[in-house]
Amino acid sequence: MSDLLEITGLTKQFPGVLANDDISLSVKAGEVVALLGENGAGKSTLVKAVFGLIKPDKGEIKISGNVMAYGDTAGVIAAGVGMVHQHFQLVPVMSVTENIILGDEPRKAFFIDRKSARQEVLALSERYGLEVDPDAIVEDLPVGMQQRVEILKALRKDVKLLILDEPTAVLTPLEIDELLGVIRNLANSGVGIVLITHKLHEVMEVADRVLVLRGGKAIGFTSPKESDEAGLAQMMVGRSVILRVDKTQSKPGKPALEIKGLKVLDDRKLLSVKGVDLIVHHGEILGVAGVEGNGQREMVEAICGMRHRTEGQVFVDGEPTKDMHPHSVHAAGISHIPEDREKHGLVASYTIADNLVLNQFDREPFAKGWVRNISQVTSNADQVVEEFDIRTPSAQNLASSLSGGNKQKVVVARELSEDLKVLVAAQPTRGVDVGSIEFIHNQLIAARDRGAAVLLVSAELDEILSLSDRVAVMSGGKIVAIVDSKDADRNYIGRLMAGMKS
Amino acid sequence: MTFLTKRNSFILLIALATGYFFSKDGSITTSVVSTATAFALPLALAAMVGIMCERTGIVNIGIEGTLLTSAFAAFFVSSLTSNILLGLAASVAVGTLFGLLLAVMSVSWKMDQIIAGTIINILATGLTSFLYVQGRTIPSTFPEYDIPKLMDIPFFGPVLFMHGPLFYFGIFVILSLYVALFKTTWGLRSRAVGEHPSSADTAGVSVIRLRYINVAIAGAIGGLAGAFLSLELVGSFERGFTAGKGFTALALMIFGRWNPLGALAAAMFFGLTQAYANQLMIDQVVQIPTQFITILPYVLTIIVLAISAGKVRAPAAEGQPYEKENA
Repeated sequence: MSDLLEITGLTKQFPGVLANDDISLSVKAGEVVALLGENGAGKSTLVKAVFGLIKPDKGEIKISGNVMAYGDTAGVIAAGVGMVHQHFQLVPVMSVTENIILGDEPRKAFFIDRKSARQEVLALSERYGLEVDPDAIVEDLPVGMQQRVEILKALRKDVKLLILDEPTAVLTPLEIDELLGVIRNLANSGVGIVLITHKLHEVMEVADRVLVLRGGKAIGFTSPKESDEAGLAQMMVGRSVILRVDKTQSKPGKPALEIKGLKVLDDRKLLSVKGVDLIVHHGEILGVAGVEGNGQREMVEAICGMRHRTEGQVFVDGEPTKDMHPHSVHAAGISHIPEDREKHGLVASYTIADNLVLNQFDREPFAKGWVRNISQVTSNADQVVEEFDIRTPSAQNLASSLSGGNKQKVVVARELSEDLKVLVAAQPTRGVDVGSIEFIHNQLIAARDRGAAVLLVSAELDEILSLSDRVAVMSGGKIVAIVDSKDADRNYIGRLMAGMKS
Repeated sequence: MTFLTKRNSFILLIALATGYFFSKDGSITTSVVSTATAFALPLALAAMVGIMCERTGIVNIGIEGTLLTSAFAAFFVSSLTSNILLGLAASVAVGTLFGLLLAVMSVSWKMDQIIAGTIINILATGLTSFLYVQGRTIPSTFPEYDIPKLMDIPFFGPVLFMHGPLFYFGIFVILSLYVALFKTTWGLRSRAVGEHPSSADTAGVSVIRLRYINVAIAGAIGGLAGAFLSLELVGSFERGFTAGKGFTALALMIFGRWNPLGALAAAMFFGLTQAYANQLMIDQVVQIPTQFITILPYVLTIIVLAISAGKVRAPAAEGQPYEKENA
């Protein structure tokens, strides 16, 4: 029997980048193959080529033994290849059923046969053990559930090969475990799976084989049995990576950030932060652990002046800060690495150099009065690009041209550029490759050691545990416990995060 | 009381007022409402053009131009050939052509859709002014056809069933569009393309093709509206004939929440205010300058829109050219 997917010698040259360099890969039925690589390693290009969305310069793609031509996306889908995209391909305002049947709707004459469509969704959901509500509107569902819809949508077409593009990037730890279980089950039922990721522990947990890509080249095949996380990381980055963070004992000083009785509403005008008191001292990292959606985002936005504080106050070095006034909050000494870098962190259509001075472009040395000092901006940018290893041909390129990890480095570099008192870092390493994660972690610790108070909010429990000096657990809009990181026990914190009492 | 939204209470208010007038004087009210219905239809059809386009993600502010040019084509082709059916055909053809023009500019060339629409409007004004010849007439308008039996229903008979053929066809188009948009595969796909085109694309629906088809059909509907204006409702044509109906239609589309029936109700509301305003002038119940009465429908539209438009949600992908790379 021929392999489900067989790629031989695939090469694709983009202007300035060799995205795929002579890559070969085969996937058999019932096998989970992980494509591991940093952002920009060529994973997406490879997948786009499989779907006929990119014309390869060289090489051949066979699906179930048949050579596929460029542009024949429909043929690829018909041959049984399904894809779960990183950015969900769901219509938010439509129901689960409508989303699943879109493009191949059961019909009676001209009309959609809603009854049988609904039946089909229920049957599908039962067959794969993926429970969904067929009538729910997609935008009302939590992210993990949306992904389930996305997977069901792919499975509906009797897929033989399922490609998942960074499926865990947006999921909570619990949802990730669930998803990995689903992937295993699918493989056991004979589906071939390609898992694109840069998270090592997922690969270790679920993959049969791993293809590591770096800079467009296939570094080699390995398997979780033959390698470990450190080994994978080294193949991926090309040098050894410290997965544990090295840090000295903290020397906390005076309280820098004080939050008193903070209450905040969410977008639906419901109380989501229900009275939070926190103190972060100079020279310490306080990590806020919690399942996403327990008020962390609203709390961060309220602290940084981006969301109205219904009640309570935020002090920096004892001075109260203004509500709903990001500029003065920032002037008071709070820097912010926002959760959504695309929306709040960068201006995509500005150059990297301009993005690096967004927080101080109107001040010396980057401006004199009303006139900007462009040469200072440029020299600052060149220096930061060098120092933070931001991968770009020039600091005058647009921020939108950067990969996710490098965008994040721009944000981090900018926010750390001043003598800050308080740094609020929300999901600072989300969607960022291993090399950049390590770098950003070290920068956070360096900021702490310079005397800054760091409030770290992250959905990655490992990140919280390895960086924080103290860990606060947030659940249901409240801080349910604060523990010293020395005494922090993974399971104990996990239970608190899930809302269980101890 | 979820039914009694601000929007519905406007409609209810108008219905109640109409009922009250009817109890006072049945025949005048019936004729006023009948006029209102005839006023409303071209607006409703023009709003359908907007709905068809925007539901697939194309903003069409060129409706005004489409109406103007197709009304012109309808009138002059009828006049030249002495055949109003040929006029109708010309009108629909011109509408479709304008739709395709918008599609080429906004789908293929990925132009800013506001600019594309503006080009259409300018083109329409220029073309019709340049080609306009004074003093032409058409052999006849489309004759009224009263539907037997149904026309005998009190009030509703004269209001709904004593019109010309284009009126009936227009109503049919609006109802079909509603059913098509929400019950058929075409509708599901169109709405998906307007909300989140990359999902449609990955599900094997051609975004480009569907946008072309829908914008072209929308143009044809615009042609029908134009023909109704010059060949059935008015029977003449002059420069600036459509007098902003295409823009009013956009407001009605928003007021109707991009739903054909909603827009039809909105158009009826607008038509009624216009007909009542006319009646006020004829009766001279109030001694105010006619200009103020003429602007009444527009002022009401602004007020109603301002009050009710806050919560409406346009199709999410509206105005954005589709780029596969963003998938």
